[in-house]
Amino acid sequence: METLGRAFSDALGLLWRVDSTLLEIVGLTLQVTLVALAIALLLGIPIGAAIGLARRLPGRALLVPLIYTGMGLPPVVVGLFTYLLLSNQGPIGGLGWLFTPAGMIMAQTIIAFPLVLGLTMAAVQSVDPDLPIQMRALGATRRQVALTTLVESRIGVTAAVVAAYGSIISEVGAVMLVGGNIEGETRVLTTAIVLETRKGNFALALALGIILLGLAFLTNLVFHRLQVRQGGS
Amino acid sequence: MTPAYELTGIRHYYGERCVVNVPDLEINTGEILGIVGPSGAGKSTLLRLLNFLEVPTEGQIRYHGNLTTSDVSLETRREITTVFQRPMLLRRSVAANVRIGQRIRGTAPKDNSVDGWLDRLGLGELADAPVRTLSAGEAQRVALARALVVSPSVLLLDEPTGNLDPYNVGLIEEIVRADCAERGTTIVVVTHDLFQSRRIADRTALMINGRMLEIAETMRFFSDPQHPKTAAFLRGDLVY
Repeated sequence: METLGRAFSDALGLLWRVDSTLLEIVGLTLQVTLVALAIALLLGIPIGAAIGLARRLPGRALLVPLIYTGMGLPPVVVGLFTYLLLSNQGPIGGLGWLFTPAGMIMAQTIIAFPLVLGLTMAAVQSVDPDLPIQMRALGATRRQVALTTLVESRIGVTAAVVAAYGSIISEVGAVMLVGGNIEGETRVLTTAIVLETRKGNFALALALGIILLGLAFLTNLVFHRLQVRQGGS
Repeated sequence: MTPAYELTGIRHYYGERCVVNVPDLEINTGEILGIVGPSGAGKSTLLRLLNFLEVPTEGQIRYHGNLTTSDVSLETRREITTVFQRPMLLRRSVAANVRIGQRIRGTAPKDNSVDGWLDRLGLGELADAPVRTLSAGEAQRVALARALVVSPSVLLLDEPTGNLDPYNVGLIEEIVRADCAERGTTIVVVTHDLFQSRRIADRTALMINGRMLEIAETMRFFSDPQHPKTAAFLRGDLVY
């Protein structure tokens, strides 16, 4: 209890002092998470919607289980895979992304993408199949049918965004492997928590954890408000 | 006047099963054609063919004299619309749903036409209401307004008043009849309600097992049926 109490006071102290190192860590955490999320959304939403709409897609019986498997990818395995790709001997080692935020973004995008893809696909599939037919009967083109169906499944798509965001902001294995937890360069909240725990600074580690949870809560609050507004009609 | 539709040798299959078998059918421009028949007769599938939502497995459809191919132009498709028995409304307001056809066409929303149809269908006060708060009758009226606001040349109605109360049935029938009279809209209405066809249709057809057994002026269809199955169907006997 004493450690927990000290953690709260340390967290408040860190926030109160506007600690520059902490701000840097929080900034990098948000930067890596939000850029990875944006890329995953840009790729995952259209592809997920297309697969969700193409109910007679050849190979679908194999593709859907593959996507669901991707949704459960262990982050540390993704980290290892990305590490091998980006290492000097790796196929894209020339990019020089290992131990940089770019590499961390790549790893987190690989984790978030199947989540966005699979949950968007499921959301689009859950729309009544009569809707596309009735939209076509109103004169919609295939593209308009797809867009309308996607908009109608917006609550499910928002859930995909929330799930992907939650999985990568709290992820540690991949960013640790690919980023290396270098102070001032690739240290994010989760890797800082691991480091402080190893050093025995439990109160500071917990304080960082509280800040991480606070960040996740604030962002999810925004997503939730969006979801409520979308479900209003 | 050129017929709105001329169907020749139409056979449409789902798998091995022939669901529509209409060797010859003309639908006149500006008429109301009622199609009655038991469930599973192929009536709704025929409407899908007429709306070019499906391509017939065999046969030809001429629309206003032009032979249609598997790739019907968007302009032609947009002259036709269907009101379904179970309308799928978008999770938006009533007015936004009624405006959707105009949005799809990229035409500037004419709020007066939307308001006009909402008022005519007794939905004026519900314009800003979310559709989830509507009753079945109100939802069906929204679906009808959504179809009529784009001024279709052909309006296809697939059991539009199934499960509705007499007030809503009467209102929808009145609007449909008036639209046909005012704008010359060609209307095909599929219905289980024999009396509905008798009330609004110029001609009535009986469809059983994908075949159109009889088609005649509505008065004659009901007073002097030529096919024994029509007579049996009108008596309320089970026909198949």
